[in-house]
Amino acid sequence: MPPSVARRQGSPFTGIGAVFLKELADHLSSVRMLVLTLFVVAFGAFPVASSLQTLRKVVDPNSFLFLRIFTLEPEQVGISFVAALNFIIPLMAIGLGFDSVNGEFNRRTLSRVLSQPIYRDALLMGKFLAGLATFAVALVALWLIVLGTGLLLLGVPPRGVEVARGVGFLVVAIAYGGAWLAISMFFSVLFRSTATSALCALGLWLFLFLLWPQIASAVVSAAAPGEVRSVEDYVALQDLAMGLMRLSPGTLFSEAVLALLNPETRTLGPMLPAQMRGAIAGAPLPFDQSLLLIWPQITGLIAGMIMVFAATYVVFQRQEVRA
Amino acid sequence: MHDTVMEARGLTKIYGGHRAVDAIDFSIRRGEIFGLLGPNGAGKTTTILMLLGLTEASAGSVDVLGFDPVRQPLEVKRRVGYLPDAVGFYDHLTARENLRYTARLLGLPRREAETRIAHATESVALADVLDKRVSTFSRGMRQWLGIAEIVMKRAEVAILDEPTSGLDPHSTSELLEMIRGLKRAGVAVLLSSHLLDRVQSVCDRVALFNEGRIALMGTVVELANQVLGAGHPVLVEAAGADIAAILRSVEGVQDVMPEGEGAWRVVADRDVRAVVAHCIVSSGGALKRLADLQPSLEEVYTHYFDEVRHAA
Repeated sequence: MPPSVARRQGSPFTGIGAVFLKELADHLSSVRMLVLTLFVVAFGAFPVASSLQTLRKVVDPNSFLFLRIFTLEPEQVGISFVAALNFIIPLMAIGLGFDSVNGEFNRRTLSRVLSQPIYRDALLMGKFLAGLATFAVALVALWLIVLGTGLLLLGVPPRGVEVARGVGFLVVAIAYGGAWLAISMFFSVLFRSTATSALCALGLWLFLFLLWPQIASAVVSAAAPGEVRSVEDYVALQDLAMGLMRLSPGTLFSEAVLALLNPETRTLGPMLPAQMRGAIAGAPLPFDQSLLLIWPQITGLIAGMIMVFAATYVVFQRQEVRA
Repeated sequence: MHDTVMEARGLTKIYGGHRAVDAIDFSIRRGEIFGLLGPNGAGKTTTILMLLGLTEASAGSVDVLGFDPVRQPLEVKRRVGYLPDAVGFYDHLTARENLRYTARLLGLPRREAETRIAHATESVALADVLDKRVSTFSRGMRQWLGIAEIVMKRAEVAILDEPTSGLDPHSTSELLEMIRGLKRAGVAVLLSSHLLDRVQSVCDRVALFNEGRIALMGTVVELANQVLGAGHPVLVEAAGADIAAILRSVEGVQDVMPEGEGAWRVVADRDVRAVVAHCIVSSGGALKRLADLQPSLEEVYTHYFDEVRHAA
């Protein structure tokens, strides 16, 4: 069949709004959403409360006081708010996406919905966007709560640049959540059983968090020459290590957040003496320079999200509808 | 009223070397009830999915109301209502919310949608449970809701996949009545089933599926003539004489087959009941039963598959 004959007619986005609104309403009214929100609040509240306590007592020399709420690692907790989010965001995204497509199969609604005048594109895209919107709503709410609490307890208003960096952090966090949402939806298309897809997504999450750093360092030490002779050797090794680590979206997220919330961060890799020349130690970078520094990380997250979504799309298009 | 709404030509689906549907041809006219019959796995559902454009055909073409389901699936799906086998709805939503979602997917304006939902649920007697969650619905009620969806859609063609499976006899009768109602409204209905006697009562024409091919197609009477032979079958139960010989001697009788103790099945080229009765009684036999046998689809079906098995 020549391609011109096989080309389908009508917009692939017909009905996407209906799917989006329905899925969004489902998410927002679901018990699961409530549980996930409680989960995030519980995980986030403790580090934030402790950092606020510390910040009130100790005079922090850092001029970015508000950003310290996010990044301070209180002694009692041992984990900062962003580190907690790094861990929790994937869980939330998996919770929102793991049964999005196979759930329709199991409820036997898929063939009925697809017999309405919409393409599969609209169903998948609508579901993804609804998941992302839900996630964004939850995250923005959390962010505002943290900011509001900080305002009340610290009694100092955040500076404009702090707000800008905070918003940047929010965007990165949403992209990070989007990547994990795409991953969990991929598994939900791949497997008919919701339990299997949840297990696979959670397995990948644990693998990237617990095992991947060990594996990466093992690979690096295996690749390392007997002794490191030059700076070039060392840099090459570091590049390999970071390259491997950056395959995990969590690394991209934490690097991007590090540069955004710690303005004095000048580089995410090893710092060479040449780069130090002329720099004032501890002086913050302007916001746009920080952004420039993490541009690859942001692009990487978004590109990863799009790639996984594209794979999901291809698998879904080829799938048989019949149960 | 006799224009074709749906036509399949040489429709074929191959799953990994296996021909699930093998070059079938059929057409359905407006206001007709067409039955797809056959054992499970004969290719009925696959055929239906290809008609809707939900599965791509390996070969052949389909025309639904002048549209091609592969190229113009949205146009086809806008005009065709589909009730899948064991239809599912969103359990956490009410019946009304489920229908509203469909209405939004159809792009109906809100007010129009509400009117249509009210009308459709009334026609299937679900109006009083409209605001109950679907999780409380029985199998039959879900089936009704599926029909309501088709009514709401104002489909020109309704495709019902095993609509009667899992329903009790009473609901089945109601459902078949509803299907007749769709026909009266000018909707062409394609239904697949393995419940033959039920389907027989509503279908104008049937197609008998076997291993991906349409083995037989036509009205029930045509199929009976094709498979069971033409003529009037009569069941005779009698005793007291050499009944078989008497039956064979009757003019017009073509075949006499014993059907258990003291019963025979007679096939003749005309209605021979009066003559048969006279002959048996006059030769001293005791006539117990004399029945005109309507050809039943089940008989056709069983007979046909027996023949196929013997031929193999």
